[in-house]
Amino acid sequence: MADVAQAVPAGTHGEHESTGIEHRKLGMWVFLSSEFLFFGAFITTYLLFASRPGLARPYPAEVYDIPFTSVSSFVLLMSSLTMVLAHNAIERNDQSGTRTWLLATAMLGSIFIGGQVFEFTAFVTEYGMKLTTSPAASAFFVLTGFHGLHVLVGVLMLFSLYGMSRRMGGLSPKHHLNVELVGLYWHFVDIIWIVIFTVVYLLSKPPL
Amino acid sequence: MPDTTRRRPLGHLVRRILPLAGLTLLVSACSLVQIDNPQNAWDPRGPIAERLDGLFWMVFWIAVGVFVVVQGAILFAVVKFRDRPGRAMPKQVHGNAKLEITWTLIPALILAAVAVPTVRGVFDLTRCDSGALKVNITGHQWWFEYDYPDYGITTANVMVIPVDTPVCASMTSEDVIHSFWVPALNGKRYLIPGQTTVLPLEASEPGEYWAQCGEFCGLSHALMRARVVALPPEEFDAWVADQQTYPAEPEPGTPAFEGLQIFQQRGCAACHGVNYGPDSEFTNLIAPEAFNGPDLTKFATRDVFAGAYLPRDGETRKEALAAWLANPPDVKPGSFMPNLGLTQEEIDKLIEWLETLK
Amino acid sequence: MTATAERPTTIFRRPKATTGIWSWITTVDHKRIGIMYGYTAFVFFIIGGIEALLIRIQLAQPNMEFLTAAEYNALFTTHAVTMIFLFVMPVSAAFVNYLLPLMIGARDVAFPRLNALSYWIFLFGGIFIYSAIFFSDVTAPVGAQGVPGNLDPSDQTFLGGIPSGGWFLYQPNAGPVFSPGRAIDFAVIGIQILGVASLIASVNFIVTIFNMRARGMRLLRMPVMVWMTLVVQFLLLFSLPIIAVALFMVMFDRQFGTLFFDATAGGDPILWQHLFWLFGHPEVYVLILPAMGIVSEVLPVFSKKPLFGYPAVVFAGAGIGFLGFGVWAHHMFASGITEVAQAAFGLATMTIAIPTGIKIFNWLGTMWGGKIRFTTPMLFAIGFVAMFVIGGLSGVTHAVVPSDWQQTDTYWIVAHFHYVLFGGAVFAIFGGLYYWFPKLTGRMMNEKLGKLHFWVMFIGFNLTFAPMHWLGLQGMVRRTWQYPEGLNLGPWNLASTIGAFIIAASILIFMYNWIRSKRHGEPSGLDPWDARTIEWTIPNPTPEYNFAKPPVIRSLDDFWHRKYTVDEEGRAVRRPDADELIARLDEEGRNPTEPIHLPNPSYFPIIAAAGLPIIGYGIIFHTSVTGKFLIAFGALLTIAALLGWGMEPLEEEHTETGLATAEAH
Repeated sequence: MADVAQAVPAGTHGEHESTGIEHRKLGMWVFLSSEFLFFGAFITTYLLFASRPGLARPYPAEVYDIPFTSVSSFVLLMSSLTMVLAHNAIERNDQSGTRTWLLATAMLGSIFIGGQVFEFTAFVTEYGMKLTTSPAASAFFVLTGFHGLHVLVGVLMLFSLYGMSRRMGGLSPKHHLNVELVGLYWHFVDIIWIVIFTVVYLLSKPPL
Repeated sequence: MPDTTRRRPLGHLVRRILPLAGLTLLVSACSLVQIDNPQNAWDPRGPIAERLDGLFWMVFWIAVGVFVVVQGAILFAVVKFRDRPGRAMPKQVHGNAKLEITWTLIPALILAAVAVPTVRGVFDLTRCDSGALKVNITGHQWWFEYDYPDYGITTANVMVIPVDTPVCASMTSEDVIHSFWVPALNGKRYLIPGQTTVLPLEASEPGEYWAQCGEFCGLSHALMRARVVALPPEEFDAWVADQQTYPAEPEPGTPAFEGLQIFQQRGCAACHGVNYGPDSEFTNLIAPEAFNGPDLTKFATRDVFAGAYLPRDGETRKEALAAWLANPPDVKPGSFMPNLGLTQEEIDKLIEWLETLK
Repeated sequence: MTATAERPTTIFRRPKATTGIWSWITTVDHKRIGIMYGYTAFVFFIIGGIEALLIRIQLAQPNMEFLTAAEYNALFTTHAVTMIFLFVMPVSAAFVNYLLPLMIGARDVAFPRLNALSYWIFLFGGIFIYSAIFFSDVTAPVGAQGVPGNLDPSDQTFLGGIPSGGWFLYQPNAGPVFSPGRAIDFAVIGIQILGVASLIASVNFIVTIFNMRARGMRLLRMPVMVWMTLVVQFLLLFSLPIIAVALFMVMFDRQFGTLFFDATAGGDPILWQHLFWLFGHPEVYVLILPAMGIVSEVLPVFSKKPLFGYPAVVFAGAGIGFLGFGVWAHHMFASGITEVAQAAFGLATMTIAIPTGIKIFNWLGTMWGGKIRFTTPMLFAIGFVAMFVIGGLSGVTHAVVPSDWQQTDTYWIVAHFHYVLFGGAVFAIFGGLYYWFPKLTGRMMNEKLGKLHFWVMFIGFNLTFAPMHWLGLQGMVRRTWQYPEGLNLGPWNLASTIGAFIIAASILIFMYNWIRSKRHGEPSGLDPWDARTIEWTIPNPTPEYNFAKPPVIRSLDDFWHRKYTVDEEGRAVRRPDADELIARLDEEGRNPTEPIHLPNPSYFPIIAAAGLPIIGYGIIFHTSVTGKFLIAFGALLTIAALLGWGMEPLEEEHTETGLATAEAH
């Protein structure tokens, strides 16, 4: 019954990982795999209604502005690049570089969201396609709306990391993983957008 | 550790007798499970239902076989291998590949055997025969509407069909999902708003078969019932001819005539159609897109009403009608037919009139 | 060693309470969380049981008016929602929470605070659903084209204001047009909230199982209970998102005017069914696999033989889980899907019978040739096998598609799922509670009362549910408030009702036994059952730190092999030093020699959880200013709590001793 009383610094106990992957990283991968089904169900629902004849017009595929959406898709794609740069920077312990690229990613994400808001407003005011116009419109708005919400959550996380880095004069080694985790999430959100852009915007057609 | 192996003489006796008594009880109880009623899948009255019944019993007896084998093995094991003083420690068997493969393959083979008639049944029985007698069923909360496009007839609650004739029910719903189930003749199928489903029906003997809505459809789902009446062909033809005949207009001055006036003036005509023919001033047709209650033209030829719920047990038709007209929501929760606050006199006259609709 | 100075990143220090209510509110100890799950689930079990009794009273005879139609419809809805989401799933979570780390040799789960979050979300979600009683606006139904239904004043009771529409909330009946009013929104949003809890937990347990196994605990050395848990977590991981989507769609239809399921606008009611059952079918395996895990632990212990065909049982469980995603439309055979679809799903459903059968035969094989002790847990485990066979066989009859057209939506189906869920899952759960009671309390439950509980429950259960088989095919549809005299269904319905009350009596016996045994039960010692797995290598009740030092595993059933060896005939022979081993394990378990670090408690899980029901209320009342405020407030509360959570140090600077005591929980 040894009385081993000693002050132990925080963060000195290593985690034991049977797979060799850190808990939170494994957790993020597991969570993201679930999110694929979340968006899969919404995308499938959209496809069910997108070309179904007899619904109230306009159909989403009749009002898309593909050039505009291409630009905002490109913006989101670029934000994945800046995210990779942020991750590289923290791996090199380049704190100010990390901050720059985190901020850039958050900005690009915000621009994307801004683009979405603009696009939806145009659909409603210019073309009269609202959430409640038809099942196809409902499916479109709810799908892209939830994607936008996911982007927003990502942006909040990015700003938080940025804020933490400013406040603490940099991210300590044990916070490096957080950048990677947010990065994984961000890339996922981008991949989902690529699927949505392809399937929902480019490939779906309204009925004749 | 608790001692579970001490035995007492009485317990020993009980343990011998109990299984035997239990088994006897079980076997005798089996004879009690057969219920005599007109809504019984185990009492098929048509070729489709008979085929379903045959499928069911085939699988049932296979299941009983498996049941006897498995439960028997369990009982055997718990008796033979129970811990007794002096019993040796068991061999630590981890598995037996041959045995495991066998008991994987045998169920697979049994299932494959069952799969064949299953798939055949699906392809044979899902759709209707071409040339079948067409009946369109429309589900409403909480009653079934039938119309016969070939005869120009619209009825409710009681579906009349000829015996030994394939009938094709083409079904949809005006509101929520319902399901039409007349077990004596076939399994059930949904009635879906905005879609059409089909249900083949055929009766091989005359009779009145009970049906019910099989899919929860709101407050009075339990009271959404129906009857299917199978008539010999000549009687069916006579029924069709009768249904195609307009009822006689009531004589002015009679209570029935006053009943008709109440029908027109108290709002009933907004939902219920009644057809005295194209030349009659009393004909009241409801537009197809409008909300409608059952068409009353031949009301008196049907022995049940209000979604085949009325008359209730121990009630005469007149009593049921009176209770219904007095306060429909009290009789059928959520009823779309409102309580109009009719007086007893008004109700009596309405009943007089309703009974002329044949 | 001097402490490194670090700028604090948090506003609040982590809480330090170890006793009293605050210690429970801020706990991240998997055992305490498991206990909270267990008691909460049991309260809901009682509520669901009372709902069942009310239903059975109403159905005891034809044409009864003990309940109004509205009350009846609400009660069968909440009975199912409660039993599925608020009892079976959380009580399985209770078992997993308490036992998983113990079975893999870990100190806790991978994310202790997330674990607590799951519990609090569950508790608040359950309360949220039932709070519908206080906000009930009993509305008359509205029919096609907005024509109002009429509700007699006598039909407007508060019970009619709780969610109705069936637990499966078929559209468009449970949608905005035909079910106006607030009741169903509580179910829709409440179940959504509960889904979040389960999804979070599934991520947690998957990472725990993959990452936190003790040295030598290879995957194929894990107890079957752990394997079944792993499969269940993947089932949840992939099915919950789908029901989340479906629930969002209904919520949007009901609250914001979308048209997903509005047939008049071209929406598709059958889409709801596909989405619901894509979740709903894997869900039933979520309900049964943990029970199968429990039984796979109990049977070998009381047969004194290893589980027969361990790899087959594991792979069969995984197979059931995987196949479970491919059979959902067998709930829709009567919905007008094409012949090809019906045939495909019928065949797929039949294939699931094969791995299920494998498990049953393996359990039989476990008992065969054994030395069977009929303790209460063993009785429940054997009862599980016997009753589950019946439920499984009736399940096979459903796979015969044309026959299912007769069976579906009748009491034949009700009989099937109660045999597998009650005779199966509930029996196993009770068996598990008796079996692992010593780990929780250091005491044994009373055997006589336990056996009485079993037999009374067994008789009551069969009397209640066996008649439903023949009642169903002979005319009794589901979800039916009343049935007429002319169907002659009265006598067997009465029998069923009597059975339900017998079940209730057996539950009272159990409750009395539990409460009494907690205080006065015989002390259990370390290894009361002569068990096989490593959760029994530590003192009872379980010390706060679980293992004094992390175990090293050398084989499947490691503990058994340390106590027993095998003679030339293959029979187990107790090692001469087995008793000494047990005494040593007890001594070492109570007196750790190395410093032990435990995860710190935290305020943030309960606060983050609280935001969700607040958002829920806000959505239901979103047309008012209060509602909008609640949405904003709830969201901010959750976000703020999550930020605080993210910033609080993973561990606080702390003082450690080797004197962590084995506390009775």
